[in-house]
Amino acid sequence: MKEPKQLSVSAIESGTVIDHIPASSLFKVIQILGLDKIDNQMTFGTNLESKKLGRKAIIKLAGIFFEDDDINRIALVAPEAKLNIIKGYEVVEKSIVKVPDQIIGIAKCVNPKCITNFESVTTKFKVVSKKNVALKCHYCEKITDQEHMVIL
Amino acid sequence: MKNKSLVSIDDLSTDEMVSILDLAEKFEKEPIQPILEGKVIATLFFEPSTRTRLSFESAISRLGGKIVGFTDASSSSVTKGETLNDTIRTVNSYCDLIVMRHPIEGSARLASEIADVPIVNAGDGANQHPTQTLLDLYSIRKTQGSLDNLNIFLVGDLKYGRTVHSLLMAMSRWNTIFNFISPEELRMPLEYKLYLDKLGLKYYEHSDFTDIINEADIIYMTRVQKERFSDPMEYEKVKNVYVLRNNMLRNTKEKMRVLHPLPRVNEIHIDVDMNTKSYYFQQALNGVYTRQAILTRLLNLK
Repeated sequence: MKEPKQLSVSAIESGTVIDHIPASSLFKVIQILGLDKIDNQMTFGTNLESKKLGRKAIIKLAGIFFEDDDINRIALVAPEAKLNIIKGYEVVEKSIVKVPDQIIGIAKCVNPKCITNFESVTTKFKVVSKKNVALKCHYCEKITDQEHMVIL
Repeated sequence: MKNKSLVSIDDLSTDEMVSILDLAEKFEKEPIQPILEGKVIATLFFEPSTRTRLSFESAISRLGGKIVGFTDASSSSVTKGETLNDTIRTVNSYCDLIVMRHPIEGSARLASEIADVPIVNAGDGANQHPTQTLLDLYSIRKTQGSLDNLNIFLVGDLKYGRTVHSLLMAMSRWNTIFNFISPEELRMPLEYKLYLDKLGLKYYEHSDFTDIINEADIIYMTRVQKERFSDPMEYEKVKNVYVLRNNMLRNTKEKMRVLHPLPRVNEIHIDVDMNTKSYYFQQALNGVYTRQAILTRLLNLK
């Protein structure tokens, strides 16, 4: 017998749903998007079952729509995240986050001798590989790869 | 960018590099010119580097410029905990250009974003030392007549050697064949080899160079430091393999020259000094002309 499908989180009238966030990255996504600083209604779900990710998280944001540049900032921690733009309870647009060409802030340079780890400077990286994300530091020119990436 | 600084060798286009070398050639013919008269150049050496500092100060002096600065951080406010940001902001208003040497990587890039005056990176940790690279290019071009179609031997510590990495990046703009000669533990990092692959440039790796030395147009020697080896036995095994001796140069090409960024310890035997193919002391002198050209260019004075 088939089990009835049920949404764990209630639907929104208008806004953005960010799905397929790795459960372990939910709070980083909240931080990167600054969701803790806005007043809109939002729902977070985490440790939801996912065939693809094992455990995933989902964020539903009422009345919030992102510019590509803003939402793509989460690609470092949620590279497979999917966006659903909702209007009138309907999904009107679907998209996948893309790793941007440049990352400002967000990540820490892996090089302990880098100036960004000594002075209060915003980190800045050129994305040199998007598949297995690799960042080249604008300052020390060293590469930070996904395995060693630390989110600020 | 607020001003034109020289932080990384990659900041320069090939045309800009060639144009600096051309200008350096003019300074070699006429090294004393009053171009920097009335200008104040700050030389901020957050770590000591006597050779580089003297070369810059000689270049500035020969152009009639005045020098302010410090020769190591212990004699400056840095020891009181001043940030780089504050030091640069302050010195910025005292001078027309800042030459800086700093042990932290990326410090020169940061300084160039803070300062209104041009910054010349005289070495930021293991990262970049572009004026060294330009003087190497100058020396290569001067001795070979061109930068095209040369067979460059890079010898010694190719893993940690900032100088050889920058030289490789710069020479890869021309049609260059590279021979990498190093102990197993100090091989050229993969990223540089991948870069050459992408450009379609040829390179060969060897652990010894006695058999192939006669093919070289330039032999660029670097120091193999004991501290780089995790196993001291490994160092003992290889330490004499990367020493250049005069008898090894017997059948090398007539125009071949031996370069070294200096200071040398024992990797070039002193019997090579008498050979006309040794070029490292002339190379150091070329550094003054090259730096004269860089300073002049960054200040838009020629």
